[in-house]
Amino acid sequence: MKIMTCPLNGPRNIAEFVCAGEVKAMPDPAACSDEEWAGYLFLEANPAGLIVEWWLHAPTSYWFIAKRDTVTEQIVATYTVEQFFAQARAAA
Amino acid sequence: MADARLQAQAAIVVVGSGRGIRLAERADLGKLELRGDPQERAFLGAIGRVLDLLLPVEPGSSASKGDITALWQAPDRWLITCPLSDVPLFAKLLREAIGPDRHAALCEVSDGRVAFSLAGPNARDVLAKGCPLDLHPKQFRPGRVAGSLLAKAEILLHCQAPDHFDVYVARSFAGYLWAWLEDAGLDYGVLVAPS
Repeated sequence: MKIMTCPLNGPRNIAEFVCAGEVKAMPDPAACSDEEWAGYLFLEANPAGLIVEWWLHAPTSYWFIAKRDTVTEQIVATYTVEQFFAQARAAA
Repeated sequence: MADARLQAQAAIVVVGSGRGIRLAERADLGKLELRGDPQERAFLGAIGRVLDLLLPVEPGSSASKGDITALWQAPDRWLITCPLSDVPLFAKLLREAIGPDRHAALCEVSDGRVAFSLAGPNARDVLAKGCPLDLHPKQFRPGRVAGSLLAKAEILLHCQAPDHFDVYVARSFAGYLWAWLEDAGLDYGVLVAPS
């Protein structure tokens, strides 16, 4: 049984979660080119290694962010949205 | 509202010793789904005065007083249960408490969700066959609530007492889940008690 630690609900079975793709910055839809917008919507970096993704705990409709390794299939860390972006701002 | 098919099943099924689990549909239970901001004290207060209990805000908790229970479903979502006959009254009072301008919602789901009562010395064992939650008696204690899966169907599980659980499931899954519970209970013996 694979376990993911939800920041709200604690450790739960992976079957309760839905992955919603990589965390990436949204370009300004009014100012960016069609290529940039299509890239934002449809293209993923899909790295072999660490990836940061949006995840949903479906029973509680709770969104959070997880860092996992696409090679080892291990979940490295999970963050609340606030935690993650606070860290990202601090790092920037 | 009682499901005719489940009630028909309820009249006939006793499997094995019948001592492991008792299974019943809580057909007389009214259910209201409430959404609102858990940070807003005025909202929690207004709802609390109607129900005479504080809405639980801690993940996985519940609050109960008399025959009214509030189950935490999500940070901004609760399932409120009361006798079916009280639903029109509570729906009216809760709508008044919410008021016209607040960003909150109330929806009656008495017919949309089916509640099963699962009790008996082997209730935990039967649930553990199809539910990935940590059901250890020290972890999933009386009063705890969790949204999860049971036999792949999305459920809300409420621990009433150490060996008594309520399972809430969408009506379209109810027949399937009932059949699954009867089957999963075969090892221990199932007594189906009409509610």
